[in-house]
Amino acid sequence: MTEPEQKLQAAFREALDLAADLDVSTLTYRGVPQWDSVAHMQLVSTIETAFDLMLETDDVIGMSSYDKAKEIVRKYGVAL
Amino acid sequence: MTAWPSGLRLLAGKTAFVTGASRGIGLEVATTLAALGADVALGGVRDPDGLARTAAELATRHGVRTLALPGDVADPATVKGCYQAIFKAWKQLDVLVNNAGILEDALIGMISDDLVTRVLGTNTAGAIHNLQGAARLMARAKRGSIINVSSIIGVRGNEGQAVYAASKAAVIGLTLAAAKELAPQGIRVNAVAPGYIETDMIKRLTPEVHAQRLAQIGLGRIGTATDVANVIAFLASDLSAYVTGQVLGIDGGMRI
Repeated sequence: MTEPEQKLQAAFREALDLAADLDVSTLTYRGVPQWDSVAHMQLVSTIETAFDLMLETDDVIGMSSYDKAKEIVRKYGVAL
Repeated sequence: MTAWPSGLRLLAGKTAFVTGASRGIGLEVATTLAALGADVALGGVRDPDGLARTAAELATRHGVRTLALPGDVADPATVKGCYQAIFKAWKQLDVLVNNAGILEDALIGMISDDLVTRVLGTNTAGAIHNLQGAARLMARAKRGSIINVSSIIGVRGNEGQAVYAASKAAVIGLTLAAAKELAPQGIRVNAVAPGYIETDMIKRLTPEVHAQRLAQIGLGRIGTATDVANVIAFLASDLSAYVTGQVLGIDGGMRI
């Protein structure tokens, strides 16, 4: 796993308060109780801080899974 | 003329964005916040060159960083661009003064669709766009103060001003909802409701109407942009750290 992907997974674990052994790569929005609408904004904020970027609103709304988050962060020039 | 003691750096280290800062209340707010030590981004739609000059003057006079961000708050893409620019320049935002607004009066039978679109687009949708952008930046630091500029007309209503009243009442609803939603992130949201304030907006009133308005004011004088700016500076500062979800009248005890 690349260092940026480790950083993205760490952001998910921190923002959603996930167990260390949970497979982050399969997560979907509302797929676990922790990823609700309130936590979603915290997740966005944590990802933005981790990668020093500011997401467009459409990307905030469209971040419906971990895979989608990877795709979105790539758009901002992060080599995931 | 600010009432704050000279040299008081109450807002040192904070970054602020004031919309509608090219004149009137917005300009006075931007000037007051800069005088108190805040770095200030100025938004405005009418005169980009003048806005840039004002930003440069404030930076020189008060030793703070400034940005000029010309554009129309009614355009969501423009507003997004402002927050991208603030993020790029400063990485943070501590204070939003959601001030940009237009005043267009019409009796109910004379309200055109265009007037509704213009007034609600600037006064209400513009405020929502800016609050959304500011909250995103403030959430990163888990702190911030958003001050929405409503109006006594949005609280009390007034004949001939149904659309303006609706647009400013909506700003109060926005304030109350956002205060609840953003409190867990450390972001305070308050509104001010100025009364009869001496700005370009009221210059078109006749002397008779002016006299009628003055007679409605308990303190017996028209308000000034400084009266409004001083209250906004308080809400921007940590002096109001435990104040959120409030609508504060700045009207000298006006009755309408």
